[in-house]
Amino acid sequence: MAANEKVDVLIIGSGASGAAVAWSLAETKMRILCLEQGDWMKSTEFPSNGRDWEARRYTDFEISPNRRGRETDYPINDDNSLMKIANFNGVGGGTLIYTAHWPRMHPSDFKVKSLDGVADDWPVDYWALEKFYEENDRMMGVSGLAGDPGVPPRHPPMPPIGLGRTGTRYAQAMNRLGWHWWPSDTTIATTDYDGRAKCINLGHCTPGCAQGAKASTDITYWPLALRAGVELRTRCRVREITTDERGMAAGAIYYDADGVEKFQPAEVVILACNGVGTPRLLLNSASAKFPNGLANSSGLVGRNLMLHPWPIVTGYVEETMDGGRGPINCIWSKQFYETDPSRDFVRGYTLQFGRGTGPATQAVIGAASGLLPWGSDHHRRYAKMLDHRLSIGVACEDLPEEHNTVTLDPVLKDGNGIPAPKIDYTISENTRRMMEHGIARAEEILTEAGATDLYASRTALNYPGHLLGTARMGTDPERSVVNEWGRTHDVKNLFIVDGSIWVTSGGVNPTSTIQALALYVADQMKQRLATLFD
Amino acid sequence: MAAAPQTSLSAAETDALRTIAGTMIPEDAALGMPGADDPAILDDIVRSIGRDLPPVREALAAIVAKAGNGFAGLERDTREALIAKWYPSGGAPAAALGRVILSAYYRDDRVLVALGHEARSPFPTGYVLEQGDWSLLDAVRDRPPFWRDDRIVPGEER
Repeated sequence: MAANEKVDVLIIGSGASGAAVAWSLAETKMRILCLEQGDWMKSTEFPSNGRDWEARRYTDFEISPNRRGRETDYPINDDNSLMKIANFNGVGGGTLIYTAHWPRMHPSDFKVKSLDGVADDWPVDYWALEKFYEENDRMMGVSGLAGDPGVPPRHPPMPPIGLGRTGTRYAQAMNRLGWHWWPSDTTIATTDYDGRAKCINLGHCTPGCAQGAKASTDITYWPLALRAGVELRTRCRVREITTDERGMAAGAIYYDADGVEKFQPAEVVILACNGVGTPRLLLNSASAKFPNGLANSSGLVGRNLMLHPWPIVTGYVEETMDGGRGPINCIWSKQFYETDPSRDFVRGYTLQFGRGTGPATQAVIGAASGLLPWGSDHHRRYAKMLDHRLSIGVACEDLPEEHNTVTLDPVLKDGNGIPAPKIDYTISENTRRMMEHGIARAEEILTEAGATDLYASRTALNYPGHLLGTARMGTDPERSVVNEWGRTHDVKNLFIVDGSIWVTSGGVNPTSTIQALALYVADQMKQRLATLFD
Repeated sequence: MAAAPQTSLSAAETDALRTIAGTMIPEDAALGMPGADDPAILDDIVRSIGRDLPPVREALAAIVAKAGNGFAGLERDTREALIAKWYPSGGAPAAALGRVILSAYYRDDRVLVALGHEARSPFPTGYVLEQGDWSLLDAVRDRPPFWRDDRIVPGEER
């Protein structure tokens, strides 16, 4: 097998966390290499450039890798889960296809055991991460408005996206109900920002932004990291992390673009492959010394998978709204975020208010919900839907349960013959009660806003793609996979920086916190360079 | 020797698709809406089936079978009733057929113009998003912080 020249730091994965950790470590002047199984994406090839922009959401920009089926994707057996797995494999990873909604975790999210008696506290708290949240907000470029009473102070560098007709409609209803709302923080640039052009309301942000207004790490962190000397190799699919006779990580075996097997030696290995890819890689790295998978003495690699159940409630108003002419993000509400002892569940959720969709997507959604008939009445009903849609997502906190797992599928393999991940996941009773509470509140809001034809999609249509908890962080090696600064307990030169290390999930989109944690881990590494392996 | 896998609809399947698509989305001349059996739209549907060919073929076969192999010969009301009854329980094949038809139909220039939309891609022109009424936020600005501050001992004031 061909072996490459040894590097100081090998990062696996170039998405949200891999890019942030690469950029942060670049100032050490160490030799840093990132291996990415996907390609660089071109904004000229994003769907909103063409007339088939909506149809491509169901083909080469589908969020499920199983349907998308790019050569750079790996299959995932998620048959045994109501929640399906979403991801993207390319430089930028999931940030290429996320909605760019940008809430942070709340301080209470890090202390759920102390405050609410469930799950476990994190070994870090909000305040330790606060400066990294701020740094990351500047790097990614966040649009928002300071002064929200529902969240701790933060300082978005750009003004918020306009409320539009849809946001105004929601805001009027929320004020009548006396419930909190605030313009959502988002990484969609509302002014020209650090080389990015401002948003021109293409309205189709999720499958890549042709304008480049949406922050994905291929256009934020990576240009700076590359300029600082980090090397990024695409089309390199890692099969396993190898270890030496001392039980330290020696490097990674991977397949290059031509399918040639290679070995990349490294002093330090950092995994940034997301909450499914990282446990898959660790389990595929089993050896005589680590028979249950690498860094798995706790038996928790692949356990405690959290996916954020995310019901969406939709309704239609008589007046014309924004439709798909603008970013889907609009406003959020933290009214029901914190635990309330009067409810029949602990923890809570964010309400995420959306605009409408394009013409074809509206029709597909309408048909799937049963509200849009086929035949003679089709046009009349459709006219009441397009540009009249309101929708509210319920971002539920998903507490960790060991029986929700990522394991290796005994049969399914990727294009290089590497065993694929298998998902076993059920929604807990606490979360189900939370979902129903959120759906009922969303229905109240939509009714107050004058909407009719309400329809609640509980899980079948929703793939949040938030992959969390499968290599959790903690101070006890028997109850966690990595320590309080991201180093695996078992292998002292192996680090994890992606969503795997989350202890609990909060009720928010995770990318902001994933990146703040990656910057925090990088900072901890820089402070300990002389004693990193002690 | 095994037969090569089918890569497109047969002529019979295309004929069935024409009738079925026209039943699912009929022409409405008063609204200026063509039917999904319009030649240009049908051609777009057929060309864009792609990876959905197996479930679409399955869907077409299921509908034809439910009609006793005479779907095209049924009265319009009967055809519509058959589709309305089959679609919700048709599973993945029904969803694929619906998605392929709708995706092609709702990008046709005539359809978009009749709906008051511009017949173009979103980029590079984009759209205008109104700012909306920001004065509505005043009611929220006045509210005291209500997120749980873990640094405060219970009972203490913020």
